[in-house]
Amino acid sequence: MFHEPAQKSGKDPATPYKTRIGMWMFLVYALIYAGFVAINLISPVLMEAEIFWGLNLAVVYGFFLIAFALVLALAYNHLCGKREAEFAANPTEEVK
Amino acid sequence: MAIVIFLTFVAFVLGLSFYFGAKTKSASGYYAAGGNIHWGVNGIAFAGDYLSAASFLGICGMIATSGYDGFLYSIGYLAGWMVALFVVAEPMKRMGKYTFTDAVDAKFNSKSIKLMAAISTLIVSVCYLIPQMVGAGVLVQPLLGLPHEIGVIIVGTVVIIIVATAGMTSTTYVQFLKGGLLIVFSLIVTVALLVRGLSTRPDQGGKVPFHVYAELVTTTVDGKIIPADTAFTVSETKVVKDHTFVKLTKEGKASWWMNAERDGKPVLQECQWESQIPGQPKVVNGEAGGKLRNVGSLRAINGDASAEAKTGALGPFSFLSKIGAKDTKVDLWKFSKFKDASGAEVSVHYSYTTTGNKILRPGAKFKIEGTWLERLDFISLMLALFLGTAALPHILIRYYTVSSPAAARKSTIVAIAAIGFFYILTLYMGLGAMVNSVINPTENNMSAPLLAQTFGTFLFAVISAIAFATVLGTVAGLIVASSGAVAHDLMDRFMNIKMDEKQKVKAGRIAALIVGVIAIMLGIIFKGQNVSFLVGLAFAVAASANLPAIIMLLFWKRTTSQGIAASIGVGVVSSLTLIGLSPSIFKQFGLDPASAPVPFDNPGIVSIPLSFIVLVVVSLLTEKKEHLEH
Repeated sequence: MFHEPAQKSGKDPATPYKTRIGMWMFLVYALIYAGFVAINLISPVLMEAEIFWGLNLAVVYGFFLIAFALVLALAYNHLCGKREAEFAANPTEEVK
Repeated sequence: MAIVIFLTFVAFVLGLSFYFGAKTKSASGYYAAGGNIHWGVNGIAFAGDYLSAASFLGICGMIATSGYDGFLYSIGYLAGWMVALFVVAEPMKRMGKYTFTDAVDAKFNSKSIKLMAAISTLIVSVCYLIPQMVGAGVLVQPLLGLPHEIGVIIVGTVVIIIVATAGMTSTTYVQFLKGGLLIVFSLIVTVALLVRGLSTRPDQGGKVPFHVYAELVTTTVDGKIIPADTAFTVSETKVVKDHTFVKLTKEGKASWWMNAERDGKPVLQECQWESQIPGQPKVVNGEAGGKLRNVGSLRAINGDASAEAKTGALGPFSFLSKIGAKDTKVDLWKFSKFKDASGAEVSVHYSYTTTGNKILRPGAKFKIEGTWLERLDFISLMLALFLGTAALPHILIRYYTVSSPAAARKSTIVAIAAIGFFYILTLYMGLGAMVNSVINPTENNMSAPLLAQTFGTFLFAVISAIAFATVLGTVAGLIVASSGAVAHDLMDRFMNIKMDEKQKVKAGRIAALIVGVIAIMLGIIFKGQNVSFLVGLAFAVAASANLPAIIMLLFWKRTTSQGIAASIGVGVVSSLTLIGLSPSIFKQFGLDPASAPVPFDNPGIVSIPLSFIVLVVVSLLTEKKEHLEH
């Protein structure tokens, strides 16, 4: 079984940066999600419109919301990891 | 074979629990698996926790009967993980120790927060437990031939043993195993489905002949329906809302038919029916103690309605485009209940035809083109799904099983990948069930396992065992969260009962036993409800009670302990009250849904903002006082 040693988390200087980009990414995703809900309410017939390969907007938008979630999550992890590595390499750097 | 595979799986899960149980000696080990689970394992265990009976059984069942509307749950559930990742994951890990209460109380050390957060954890967990137990009852019926109630009791007992022996460590590895297997075997079912393709006469791989429902041409004389086939005589006519049902007799055998139109001509359409005179055995389709046939099929594929219409193997996109085409026709089923002339309670199950484009767009279940209240209900559901995930206690406690905030973040991303992929598969499995004649007309929760059964007993047994483990694992996680709320939050931290490590673990185990018994009772009471619908309500309670406290604590410096306690209390009470007075709950308890005082089912649109407002107002009112005290 994979086990990591238990460790106490100390002060993380990257926290303000991670919180800031987390909030922006959350807002981007929330807006796209709200757009999906809004189309369903305002013009549900639009969801029948064929987009490509015979798939309608409902399917394409739904799959996009799922795939985009993963893309954003990976981007967030990359940015957070990069900043954490920067602080680990240079612990005296000021929080930007 | 199905029973052997199933029992082997359950025995393995129990063995794993006893193995880890022998190693669990400390409170940290019991509640948080010692904080040393690898983030990759924890991520799949997250998926195992989250892909509960609601996701596998409920969503697939809802897609099978309502099309795209069921998939809206998949989208909403997955979207909720973005709140968990971007807002909650790392702060929860930084602030907490074992429970959600630890995290929200980290800054204040307030008795009122401990009390309210523990109560909220208990209530949300119990709300979430109900659909899991209902799912358990549903699974055991076809697999072991046992009644719903016995299924619920078996699950409850096994889970109590799992949790009471080892706590979070065994729960984590059970979830890891089950989450991984669920995704792999769902993929196998989906690939098999695509290879089979679509047909207007689905015969389940040649195992079950497709039943073609008869239609009789009719004429109407003096308002009376008369079948052209004189072998049938009309013995009774019943009008229920917009439908006219006719009881016909042929050679002494009775059957129920529905008045309909086919290509502009009046016809009587063959139905399935159940009839019961109190104190006598139920008659199904004319047979005492008989069974309804499973239903759901295509009437036409891209305009081809011939008996031989079939596509052969399809790709993932062409499968969806063929089902969603305007000239594809799908036969779905509804039912009406009434008393016939003899006083028997009759349920008539009848088919109706809809087009593919209506199946693959929202609106079949949710009235998004209805009144403003019905639209509001839809917004309310989507809001609760989005905000509920990050507030579920059994999800939040999984952030404490990893070693660091970065590991919490990474495990959330693994969970998003695994869960997102699984949710795409739900659309295929649900639609596959819809067109392969595997939907039980009285109960749609078993649609995915019954679809698997059409590919062989082995796949059915494995999928059922995984689904059962799904229920076991999720219930175990919920019971760990509940026992933590009772033993750690209430007894240890709120009441200050002095306990050593062993006593804390013992208290957790006793709490697990009590919550498990409550879950068994509720699982029996709520028999028959779609499990995804019930989970949607649990999400609304979680989002109303817990999320405003988490968000404001993180992002509003003027938040006070009284504000948090009041917000949690109001969130719990308002959401539960709105649910209790909603049409669905009235219907569940045999009352007229139209007489429900609250006109919508999903409370989130009212209770979530209300909880935020209460937190802000109470915090502003108590701000100075708290600063003086500190």
